[in-house]
Amino acid sequence: MTPIVYYILSAVLSALVLAGLAMESRVKLAVKGNLICVGVMGLAIILTLFSADTDLKTALLNPFLWGSIAVGGVAGVLWARKVKMIEMPQTVALLNGIGGLASALVGGLELAKAESSVFGAVTAALALVIGAVTFSGSLIAALKLSRKIDSRPKKFKGQGAVSALLLAAALAGIVLAGFGLRIPALLLTVVSATVFGVIFALRVGGADMPVAISLLNSFSGVAGAIAGMAIANVLLVAVGGIVGSSGLLLTQIMCRAMNRNLMDILLGKTVKVDKPAEKPAEEPAAETPSKTVEEEKAEAEAAPEKPEETAEETQAEEAPYALKDAKDVIIVPGYGMALSQAQQKVKELADKLEANGAKVRYAIHPVAGRMPGHMNVLLAEADVDYDVLFQLDEINDDFAKCDAVVVIGASDVMNPAAREAEGTPIYGMPILNVDAAPHVFVCNYDLKPGYAGVENPLYKRTNGIRLLLGDAKESLQTLIDEL
Amino acid sequence: MEILTHPVWGPVILIGVFVVASVLGYIIIRKVPSLLHTPLMSGMNALSGVTVLGALIAGVAAYKTQSVVVLIIALVAAALAMVNVAGGFFVTHKMLRMFDKKGGNDKKEEEKE
Repeated sequence: MTPIVYYILSAVLSALVLAGLAMESRVKLAVKGNLICVGVMGLAIILTLFSADTDLKTALLNPFLWGSIAVGGVAGVLWARKVKMIEMPQTVALLNGIGGLASALVGGLELAKAESSVFGAVTAALALVIGAVTFSGSLIAALKLSRKIDSRPKKFKGQGAVSALLLAAALAGIVLAGFGLRIPALLLTVVSATVFGVIFALRVGGADMPVAISLLNSFSGVAGAIAGMAIANVLLVAVGGIVGSSGLLLTQIMCRAMNRNLMDILLGKTVKVDKPAEKPAEEPAAETPSKTVEEEKAEAEAAPEKPEETAEETQAEEAPYALKDAKDVIIVPGYGMALSQAQQKVKELADKLEANGAKVRYAIHPVAGRMPGHMNVLLAEADVDYDVLFQLDEINDDFAKCDAVVVIGASDVMNPAAREAEGTPIYGMPILNVDAAPHVFVCNYDLKPGYAGVENPLYKRTNGIRLLLGDAKESLQTLIDEL
Repeated sequence: MEILTHPVWGPVILIGVFVVASVLGYIIIRKVPSLLHTPLMSGMNALSGVTVLGALIAGVAAYKTQSVVVLIIALVAAALAMVNVAGGFFVTHKMLRMFDKKGGNDKKEEEKE
């Protein structure tokens, strides 16, 4: 294949990736956009195999390469088939980590190769660093999201200094690579970058995790692009660059939605637990971190199985407000809905309310759940029309005007503490103004603080609130039966 | 493809391609609705497995020079990247199909099994 043909084909494939991503950012075209990306990837593999090997026969018949592609591909599909919607965040994190590891291996191979140029060696070391950070960071993020390890931000003394030192070591490794000291460079970059990734991900916690995943996702694109520079492959550079920058933009969009600064998240400015002396009373969760996590774990396991524990607590002194009188209802879903798989029941409730003549809308906080858009995916699974899903700024003023709000397994996203409790992880985050609504029905498992670990003062409200504790499915059934 | 290994033009072209691709990538998803954030992130995650190309190139080179260790590492890298690609696209498709109700219902049934 002549170089010019190869370049033209690479440019066409890159343009198709752009088109695919553009389509994936529109509801109607998204499925097709994804399929285009699948096709591009297939063609890119074939193109690369044919251009890398001048002898057509070996390219076609190389059993090792096709074998490893097939093994990886089949494993990926088999895994993905089994994944449930609720496990999506950790799955994406884990897949991302695996991709990062692959980039790190490619970088490492190129670095170890004796004949590469200075540019090749430096970019290979850089790819190795970014790939290794992506790998270890994503792994920790996946473990945190699946609650295999404590999801709270971990901080220790001198963490900033250690991080800086590790980064400097990685940088030194890259410089060493430039001077041809390949093996020391290899060892230095691998170790420092892997440890840095771990520390980075441990430091991020609470509601910031989706942002961290999105950022790591962007990293893995950049790692691919830089690996592409190391081996002088334009197509890899182009696709990696596209993924890297659009991933970064997505990260920024998420940060904006949470009113958070990306740098603050990266530097771990999230939780100011280092000054608990100021208000220990407002952060009881910080004092018993391990306990809460255990309980939350128990919540995850017990929620679907123990319906009999459904306790009902009516706090209104006067006759409780009945949902059937409400003509304008807003539903606020959260991670708890995902945990108890209650989205079908939510839809059932909404249908009943609508049959009753009420207007039903859904308020989706940008970071409800563990990933942006997490709730949308679950509600779509339950056939909820996306026309009735509203984003925070579209619906926030309507809370004061509506008749009732039904909260399903959400806490942080409607926690009024975000407005005043300075120093907590959610401080400054825009929240759904559920507290402005005249009547609130809360279907949460318990009154424990949410993922961010901040007590919700809304639960202490004395009137206009009804707390239905226990499995959300059961609580929703209670509400449905009452209609 | 000699120009890409040229000591000066190679880096210039590669970095240039990276910059252009980055700018285009930045522009292209500006208007994504939050509803699609998760599937889009997942789709981009699958695309980042494009590093499989690098693994394959390394693999082809190792196959020619008969260096077994390098070949094995390259094959592992290719397989890992393919897990990322195939798994990523599949979960993305799974999510997106839920948004696409018209015509997608029959497929959904079959997936529930």
